[in-house]
Amino acid sequence: MLNRAIVVLLAQRIALAMLSLLAVSVVVFAVTAVLPGDAAQEQLGQEATPEALAALRAQMGLNVPAPERYLRWLAGMFRGELGTSATTQLPVGELIASRLPNSLLLAAVTALFSVPIALTLGISAAVWRGSWFDRVASAGAVAVVSVPEFLVATLAVLVFAVQLRWLPALSYVSDIESLGQMLRAFAMPVLTLCCVIVAQMMRMTRAAVIDQLEAPYIEMVRLKGASPLRMVLAHALPNAVGPIANAVALSLSYLLGGVIIVETIFNYPGIAKLMVDGVSQRDMPLVQACAMLFCAAYLILVTTADVCGIVANPRLRHR
Amino acid sequence: MTERKALEALIGPHESQRLMTALQRGASRRDVLAMLTAGGMQAALAGSLAGTALSAHAQTPKRGGKIRVAGATAAATDTLDPAKQSNQTDYSRCNMLYNGLTSLDASLTPQPALAESFATKDAKTWVFTLRPGVQFHDGKALTPADVVYSLSRHKDPATASKAKSLADQIESVKASGANEITVTLVAPNADLPVILGTFHFHIVKDGTTDFNAGIGTGPFKLKEFKPGVRSVVVRNGNYWKPGKPYLDEIEFIGIGDESARVNALLSGGMDLVGVVNPRSLARITGTPGYAVFKTQSGQYSDLIMRKDIGPGANPDFALAMKHLFDREQMKKTIALDQAVVGNDQPIDPTNRFHFAGLPQRQFDLDKAKFHLQKSGVTGTVPVVASPAALNSVEMALVLQQTAQRIGLELEVKRMPADGYWSNHWLNSAVGFGNVNPRPSADILLTQFFKSDATWNESRWKNPKFDQLLLAARAETDTAKRKQMYADMQTLIHQEAGIGIPLFMASLDAHSTKLKGLSPIPLGGLMGYNFAENVWLE
Repeated sequence: MLNRAIVVLLAQRIALAMLSLLAVSVVVFAVTAVLPGDAAQEQLGQEATPEALAALRAQMGLNVPAPERYLRWLAGMFRGELGTSATTQLPVGELIASRLPNSLLLAAVTALFSVPIALTLGISAAVWRGSWFDRVASAGAVAVVSVPEFLVATLAVLVFAVQLRWLPALSYVSDIESLGQMLRAFAMPVLTLCCVIVAQMMRMTRAAVIDQLEAPYIEMVRLKGASPLRMVLAHALPNAVGPIANAVALSLSYLLGGVIIVETIFNYPGIAKLMVDGVSQRDMPLVQACAMLFCAAYLILVTTADVCGIVANPRLRHR
Repeated sequence: MTERKALEALIGPHESQRLMTALQRGASRRDVLAMLTAGGMQAALAGSLAGTALSAHAQTPKRGGKIRVAGATAAATDTLDPAKQSNQTDYSRCNMLYNGLTSLDASLTPQPALAESFATKDAKTWVFTLRPGVQFHDGKALTPADVVYSLSRHKDPATASKAKSLADQIESVKASGANEITVTLVAPNADLPVILGTFHFHIVKDGTTDFNAGIGTGPFKLKEFKPGVRSVVVRNGNYWKPGKPYLDEIEFIGIGDESARVNALLSGGMDLVGVVNPRSLARITGTPGYAVFKTQSGQYSDLIMRKDIGPGANPDFALAMKHLFDREQMKKTIALDQAVVGNDQPIDPTNRFHFAGLPQRQFDLDKAKFHLQKSGVTGTVPVVASPAALNSVEMALVLQQTAQRIGLELEVKRMPADGYWSNHWLNSAVGFGNVNPRPSADILLTQFFKSDATWNESRWKNPKFDQLLLAARAETDTAKRKQMYADMQTLIHQEAGIGIPLFMASLDAHSTKLKGLSPIPLGGLMGYNFAENVWLE
C-alpha cells in the first residue's frame, strides 16, 4: 500500500520530468541563440576578422543552422553524450564533473545549517505566536532576506577577513585537510546563503504549524495531558510536513544554480559560475547541460518533498 | 644595487664584502659601526657608510619562501602550450616554465636570454648563437633542434598558434652550427629579436606535442596544474641564470572579480595580485604592509574619427575634437593620475622610439571653435563608447561637457561590452577603440596605421607613412630608425583621425615583504615575468 502510492507517484513524476526537461532545453537553446554574437565572436574578441571568424566557426561546428544543431545535440543526449564545450574543446561532462561536487558540498553544508535553524525558528515562532519572540523572529527574517546577498557577503569579507583576519577571504577547495579548515573556509559563504534562504522556510514552517495548532485534535492532545513539546513535535509537525517540505525543496533548489554571486565573491569553483561563463562565451553545449542539470535537480527535490509529504501522512499512505 | 657599488667605491670590495656577510648573518647598525671604527675610521664617516651598507643589504635578494599570486582570469582554456597562450594568466605561467631566445627589458629593448648573441647585416638573415650549458627541466641539453622546432611550429596551421601572423614573416629556421641557428625572413625586419622575445616564442623541447608537463628551460618546474583552478611551480635548481630564482615555490590562481582579488590580498591570503582598479588604490596604500606597483605602458583608448564617412571626412573636424581633449582633467579624474598624457600619436614615452620633441597639443577652446567652424559640421554628432574600451564612456562624457562650451552637441551612445568589437568598433563614424601594449612600435603601427591594415580605425591612407614604415622596419641603424619613427609619429599627430588623450598605467598590488618588482611595459606583473625577479624579505 505504501509502496504502490509512491511508485505510481514516482512514475508520473518521471514522465512529467522528461517532458519538462525537453521543453526547458528548447527554450534555453532558443534564447541563447537569439543573443547577439556567437561563441566564435566572443572568443576572438577584438581580433575577429571575417576570415578568422569563418575558420573558427567551421572548427566549432557553428556554420550549421540552429535547428539542426539542436537536433544533433538532442541525439547526442539520447546516446548519453553531453557534447563538447565550444570554447575549451573539453567534454562537457568533464567540465561539469569537476565543479558539481563543489556545488553539492556547499549546498549540503548550507542545508545542514539552514534547515534546522529555519525549522527551529519557525516552530518556536508558531508555538509562541503573537509574543515578542515571534514578532522579532518574523521581522528579522524578512529584514535579512531583503538585504542583497552581495552586500552581506562583501560586508562579511570586509569585517571578518580583512579587518579581523578570523576567516579567509577566499573559499579554497583544494587544500582543505581538516574539518576545522573546512568550517573556516565555508563559514562566510554559508552565512551569506543562509541569510537568503532561511526566511522563506521559516515563515512557511510557522504558517503550517500555526495552521495545525488550531485544529481540534491538538486541543484533544492538550487535554490528554501531553507536554507542549510532544504536542508540537509528535502530533502537529507530522501533519505540517507537506508544505514545509515543499518550501525547503524550493529553497534548496536555489542553492545549486542561484549562488553565482557567492561563487564570484569567494572565488568558489562551482557550477553556477560555470554556467554564467558559458552564457557570456555563448558556449551552447555547456549552457544546455547546466540548464538540464538545474532543472533535473529542482524536479528531484520537489518530487522528494512530495514523497515526504505522503510518507509522513498516514491517511495518504494507505489510500 | 647602486648603494652596493657606492659602498665598494668608498671602502673597497674586500671590506664591503665583509660588511655584507656580517649583515647577512644578522649584524645590526651598531655592529657595522663597530666594525668600521675598529678599522680606524672616523665616527661621522662610519655612520653614513653604515647607513649605505644597510640599504644595500635591504635590496639584496634573499633566497627562499613561497608566495601566492592571483591573476585576473581563470578559465578552463588555461594552457601551458606557448603557441596557444591568450591571456595574462597564461603569460605569467609560461614565463615561469619557459624562456625565449631574447627577453625584453624596461624599454622593450631585446636582451640576450637563451640566445647569447644575435647578429645581422641586412635585417633579413639573422644568426643566433645559443647559450651553452642550458638544460631543460628533465636534464636534456638545449640544442638548435629544439629552437628550430619551437619556432617552426607556429607556421603550421595545425598548431593554431596565436602568433601565426608574426611567424609568417619567418621564411625558414635552420640549425647552422653546433650552437647556432639561422633565421631567414621573408622581408627585412630589424625587430626580429623583439618579436622572438614575446611570449608565444618560448622554446620547448624538440617534438613536444603534449604540454601538460611544462618541460622548459625556465626558472621554475611544474609541480601541479589544474586549468581554470591553479598552478604550483617549484624552483629549478639548475637554472642557467646564476642566483635565480629566489623563491622556492609560487602558487598562481585566477580570481575574476576585482574586489575579491583586493580582499584576498588585504586579508593576508595572497602576496601579489594583478589588475587592480585605480579606485582601490587608496584602500591598499591605506593598509599598512601593502603597496601598489604601477606599470606605465602604451595602453590607450582612442577617439576614432573616420575619414571616409561622417563628420571626420572633413579634416578640420578631427583637429577640433583633438583640441577639445582636456587631457590633464581626464588624467586626474578618470585615470586618478594613473596615466600619462598622450599627444594623439600611439607611441608612448616608455618606448625607445618615442619622439619627445613633438610639441604637446594643448587643450584650446579657441582653436577647437575655429576648426569646428571651418569644418562646417553642424547638428548633433553621435559618439559611440563602451565599457569594453577602457575608460571610453567617461572620456566621452567629459568631451560632451567640453564640447558644449564651443556650441558642439555630442550625443554619447553607450554600447554594452558584449559584442562591441564585432558590431561597433570599426563601424561607427565617431567612436572609441582600445589598444593593448604591443612589444614594438613596428607591430603597433603596422596593425593599426598602415593604409591597408585590417584595424586601420580611421581609414587614414598616407603613402609616405607606409613607405617610412617599411623603411624603418628594415633599418638596422638605431639612430636612423629613431628619426623615421619620429617622422611617422608627427604624421599621425597631424593628420590621422585618431585622438589619444592618455596612456593608461596598469596597477598591481602586493605585500611590502615582496621585493624586486620593476616595471616592464609589456603589461602588469613586470610584463608577466615577475617569477624569477622577486624575493621575500
